[in-house]
Amino acid sequence: MADPTPPTTPQPAASAPAPTTTLNVTAWSPGEDVIQVQRTPAPGVGRATWRTFRETARGLMTTFGRLTEKGVTVQYPEEKTPVYPRFRGRHKLHRFEDTGLEKCVGCSLCAAACPADCIRVVAAENTPENRVSAGERYAAVYEINLSRCIFCGYCEIACPFDAITMGHDYELSDYDRSDLIFTKEMLLAEPLERTPLRNEGE
Amino acid sequence: MLAIVGYYEEWWIQILKAIVIFAVGLQLVPVILLAERKLLGRFQARYGPNRVGPYGALQPLADILKLLTKEQFRPRTSIGFLFVLAPLISILTAVAAFAIIPFGNVQHIFGKEVGLYGIDVSIGPLYVFAFGGIAFYGIMLGGWASGSKYSFLGSMRAAAQLISYEVSQGLALVGVIFAAQTLSLTGIVEAQKGMWYIVPQFFGFLIFLTASFAETNRAPFDLTEADAELVGGYNTEYGGGRFASYYFAEYLNVLVVSGIVTTVFLGGWLLPFGIHPPGWVDPFVVLFKMGLVTFLFIWVRATLPRLRYDQLMSFGWKVLLPLATLNALVTAVLVVVTH
Repeated sequence: MADPTPPTTPQPAASAPAPTTTLNVTAWSPGEDVIQVQRTPAPGVGRATWRTFRETARGLMTTFGRLTEKGVTVQYPEEKTPVYPRFRGRHKLHRFEDTGLEKCVGCSLCAAACPADCIRVVAAENTPENRVSAGERYAAVYEINLSRCIFCGYCEIACPFDAITMGHDYELSDYDRSDLIFTKEMLLAEPLERTPLRNEGE
Repeated sequence: MLAIVGYYEEWWIQILKAIVIFAVGLQLVPVILLAERKLLGRFQARYGPNRVGPYGALQPLADILKLLTKEQFRPRTSIGFLFVLAPLISILTAVAAFAIIPFGNVQHIFGKEVGLYGIDVSIGPLYVFAFGGIAFYGIMLGGWASGSKYSFLGSMRAAAQLISYEVSQGLALVGVIFAAQTLSLTGIVEAQKGMWYIVPQFFGFLIFLTASFAETNRAPFDLTEADAELVGGYNTEYGGGRFASYYFAEYLNVLVVSGIVTTVFLGGWLLPFGIHPPGWVDPFVVLFKMGLVTFLFIWVRATLPRLRYDQLMSFGWKVLLPLATLNALVTAVLVVVTH
């Protein structure tokens, strides 16, 4: 055998292109950022078919199991989701329980605090014959335009006498925009309790 | 070559039969519509329609009334003639295919021989596939004539999908036809006296069912509608009565396919354990079995997500078609060996 034996092992050093040394720019090394992805071996035809069938059957049984369960839908007009005590719904104006006088003194702080500019207060002087509120003045006109209100609750915070608070009523749709301007009488009236309240810790 | 049709009945019986079957078929559609919505709801732990009428029973009526009283409009870019014609093609083919589903064997009613089916043609499955082929024109023309890109994409998908899956559907039936040695649907039912074909032809049944999901454009193969990507697919531009026609045709197609599955694989009007009820029970047995298959359709729709388009194509051509061919081949060999 005079022929030189061919190399049995490939020589990667010879076949690989020589690294360029003319540019002194080293490639960015990802270093620690490299994540080794662990791939499971691809299943064969039989295993893949079996897996497809099994998973499909599992999905079908999952949906079939729902058939016997009760629906989770809240049947809204009959059932209502209870609201939290601090839920900010429609406003309420309050009276003193003992004297029956209005707490509101017509200071317009709520109107000043309102970012949506939906409160309108016109104050008038209390007289001995016509005593409406406990202070010197009272609100002769108190209107909240609920179509503009954003229910932020700033009026409640701004009020120095806790005369206005946010109630729990949220069913406020109407057929006419002008019907959404709530007057003082409407806000003072004891509202129909239409909203269930969530218990503590519920 | 003309098909041999068993015309032994008088003309007025045929007309009466046509009216009865048409009426029953059309009454079943709202029932299935409601059943689908209720069941889809239950499958997803909600209630489905329960406001209109007792348990929402009048919901389909309300839906249909709403659709029929809507304005008929069409886009300016549409081709008017085809746009109007296309839903009619869809509904016509669906109703026509319904004619051959046998609800029972020949009965003696008032001294006359009456077959409880529209027609019993000697080319049963071919008749279904012929009308399935024409039904594709309803979708295709409707989508293309709409002059809208989403409709166009939907109809193109429909074209590719229906052609791909009709092949497998047909091949899946070939096994049954080999075993029954007849193309008449009543003959196929009679051949299942010993054992329903769902047992020896189980793979054929699975292939046929899968292909049928695609043929009726239902989930998980509802690529032609694909509401998430194509708005509504071929019926994007349709509204009112024409949309109702498409909708109606879809559910009628589901019924037809259920009927074919019942007839071919589930033994039609036959009952297991050698029970032979009187003849008038047969239609109810068939309707019950059709209901079961329809339930399967709804169940699968509630469960499986829609396939991607390339998955649909590769599944149809690379999995379903070879399997269907293999099924037909093995059945042919077995039939030759055992005879």
